[in-house]
Amino acid sequence: MSLRSPMGRVLGLGSAKEGSGHWWSQRVTSVALLFLTLWFVASLLRFPAFDYELVTGWIGKPVNAVLLTLLVATTVYHSQLGVQVVVEDYVTAKMPKLLLMMFINFIHAALAALGVFAVLRIAFGVAA
Amino acid sequence: MSTGTDTSTGSKPPYVRPLSPFMNYRWQYTNTLSILNRVTGLGLSVGLLLFVYWLVAAASGSDAYAHARNVFSHPVAIAAMVAFSFSFFYHLLNGVRHLVWDAGYGFEKSTARKSGWVAFLGSIVVTLFFWFLVFSSRGAA
Repeated sequence: MSLRSPMGRVLGLGSAKEGSGHWWSQRVTSVALLFLTLWFVASLLRFPAFDYELVTGWIGKPVNAVLLTLLVATTVYHSQLGVQVVVEDYVTAKMPKLLLMMFINFIHAALAALGVFAVLRIAFGVAA
Repeated sequence: MSTGTDTSTGSKPPYVRPLSPFMNYRWQYTNTLSILNRVTGLGLSVGLLLFVYWLVAAASGSDAYAHARNVFSHPVAIAAMVAFSFSFFYHLLNGVRHLVWDAGYGFEKSTARKSGWVAFLGSIVVTLFFWFLVFSSRGAA
């Protein structure tokens, strides 16, 4: 039995079937970030200084590079999910919402690519 | 504004939609904490730009990194980082609070009040402690 009204069916309204996946992804990334961000903050506090050689040497270590890659990817994903909710809550006009979400997704994709590329470039020693 | 239905064109009549429950409730500090969670989350999304900038500068060579260090040592940048650090610790502590709720615990009024104060005051204390450690270990960044 369908709980949808005939009018709702004709207008194509109803669940996009993506809500629970979005919600769950936000929880999973938040748990992952609990560990990743605390590791990163603790690491920052152990830095004796923020010299170029020290910082790139630290980023380049295999475990640090992998954790930083995960940190960038997970943070960007979590941020994208969160900002999307805010936009959906406050921007109701269809075309502005669509364009704003597109812009936000572009920014997040660019941040993920830049962050991961930067870490890998340091780790693989391309940066002199 | 006319509320009559225009049957000739089939356009929908404008009508007053019911208010969302949160529009009717009195202001409480619990909803302030909830709003703050969202505001700090948005703030951290902006802070993400700085974090990626730092990584890209480090990957771009020593000159670019030296320039980034100048940018980060500017008073405005330091003030922004203090704000980001508070946002981070608040979003973290209150996020744990939300995860505990998601798991089905901590809904008792007194418990929710207490955990709210722990998240808010705790994040201030941790932020101060964080910057105390930063400045005591090496002076200004």
